[in-house]
Amino acid sequence: MTGKTITEKILSEKSGEDATAGDYVEATVDAMVTHDVTGPLTIDVFEDVTGEDAALAAPENVVFTLDHHAPADGVQAANNHNIVREFAAEYGANQYEISDGICHQVMIEEGFVEPGDLVIGADSHSTTYGGLGALGTGVGSTDLGTAFATGELWFRVPETIRFEVEGDLPDGVYAKDLILRFIGDVGFAGATYKTAEYGGSAIRDLPIHQRLVLSNMAIEMGGKAGIVEPDDRTATYLEEQAGLEVGVDPDLAADDGASYEAVYTYDGDALAPQVSKPSNPENAVDVGETAGTGIDQVFVGTCTNGRYEDIRVVADALAGEQVAPNTRLIVVPASRAVYQRCLETGVLEALVDAGATFQSAGCGPCFGTHQGALGDGDVALATANRNFPGREGSMESRVYLGSPATAAATALYGEITDPREIETTRYDDHAVSDVGVVR
Amino acid sequence: MSVDGTGRAWVFGDDIDTDQITPSRFLVSSDPDELGEHAFNDLRPEFADDVEPGDFVVAGENFGSGSSREHAPLSLVGAGVAGVVAQSFARIFFRNAINLGLPVLLCPGVGEIDDRAEISIDVDEGFVYDHDEEIRYDAEPLPPFLQDLVDQGGLKPYTRRKLESAD
Repeated sequence: MTGKTITEKILSEKSGEDATAGDYVEATVDAMVTHDVTGPLTIDVFEDVTGEDAALAAPENVVFTLDHHAPADGVQAANNHNIVREFAAEYGANQYEISDGICHQVMIEEGFVEPGDLVIGADSHSTTYGGLGALGTGVGSTDLGTAFATGELWFRVPETIRFEVEGDLPDGVYAKDLILRFIGDVGFAGATYKTAEYGGSAIRDLPIHQRLVLSNMAIEMGGKAGIVEPDDRTATYLEEQAGLEVGVDPDLAADDGASYEAVYTYDGDALAPQVSKPSNPENAVDVGETAGTGIDQVFVGTCTNGRYEDIRVVADALAGEQVAPNTRLIVVPASRAVYQRCLETGVLEALVDAGATFQSAGCGPCFGTHQGALGDGDVALATANRNFPGREGSMESRVYLGSPATAAATALYGEITDPREIETTRYDDHAVSDVGVVR
Repeated sequence: MSVDGTGRAWVFGDDIDTDQITPSRFLVSSDPDELGEHAFNDLRPEFADDVEPGDFVVAGENFGSGSSREHAPLSLVGAGVAGVVAQSFARIFFRNAINLGLPVLLCPGVGEIDDRAEISIDVDEGFVYDHDEEIRYDAEPLPPFLQDLVDQGGLKPYTRRKLESAD
């Protein structure tokens, strides 16, 4: 008998069938999420299919956040927020407020995701949950609205591409650099309809907040999901972050002999910090190739890299320093909990003292409509997941993608800077710890 | 030749993402007509004014990459687009388009079609015909599971029947 990938195991479990890549299955969904942009359309679909006897199949598993236009930047956005609030109240769904943060971070902090779960969201970065060993995937509003009604959805069981990283990542190199390199190698559409499965000693050594980065950006190579095998570190993280006590099923790992469409292997020790040039995430190069590029705006945040540990890296680099003249630094925590931790630890004060703009939790400039939108000719470096044309504002602006460490170094000098060139004591002395790992 | 429709081809290149189909600032609406007025707003500002009902969008590789926003295919429906033909599609866009009843054909080679060329598409037979160049492009057939879903009227009718049978 051939072995199974994690994806095949989860979809078999949730569908009650012996599912392998290429099969179509109907599977029970463990949690569903939408937000202020895709939520109103999802509500329309749900009401369209259910009619008068409308009821959510499992209201306790349905989550709404208000994160893209948070706080509302206009009347239509405010009205959409009210549509969501009223629907959630009427149908007994979970609803989080404009201050609470980005859907994917809220889902994790509030304990809606466990290893082995099948989670769908009307947001393409629902792949993030793979960092916890769940199968998370983005769907449209029709898929989600019908799943609201039935608790189920059809899936094609995807093939899997495996990324194996052995060794130890050098100082200044993070999961963000790894995923930019993967996308650069596979291509923007290289994993379309497939799961990216991440393994190897360097991946196992990653703290959970970094594993989430790998999974978050699986969609940037077209992936349906991006999964890291869950382990004891996952369980500890969920206990600390979400108060969840979960045992991790040792069988929730890829079998020996699992079938992969391709396997990419990397020597983690040899990796340099990566930057993706405009205007596609696949344009990944060693940071040195872009060094010296003048940057008008640095943005640290998003569902990719807006967690406390990310912002802490920036604060440690900037503490006692000033953001470079003619460069602006915008920091947006991914959630209220992240904001509070920045407040309690002095990170917020250090950043504001350094000249940063620190905004309330949400998607911030990554949605491109408000709170830091870029003007014609602006050049930015962001810790976000996308640098499409016009993504953060003007079609005449350009966005580079990098890690929080690269963002910090860039904010200090006003030009793209290799994070290994700023004094490592600035951030390593205050190393971010996460579940026993100090990096 | 039986065809589902004949219209002009609006030709786009590779990697057209959903931000370019429907820029973020227009996502405050869920109304197809309103969204249709802003389809390709920044990429081809003349599109919404000049597109005629029955025209087609023709694209290269990886059309609809990026966001899950169903507003993107919905804006094409609102603009009167009769179908999207591409060399390849991003996963979520493809699924969303089928769910909305917007015909999508996966069709190698169509990136060669000239902008504004007169073309016909036939979804059942699975081909695109370029009248200007007199070239036929054969589409890849939908997988049987998806074809069955489309034949049943799409995911919404399928779900309604499922809910009724559960009562």
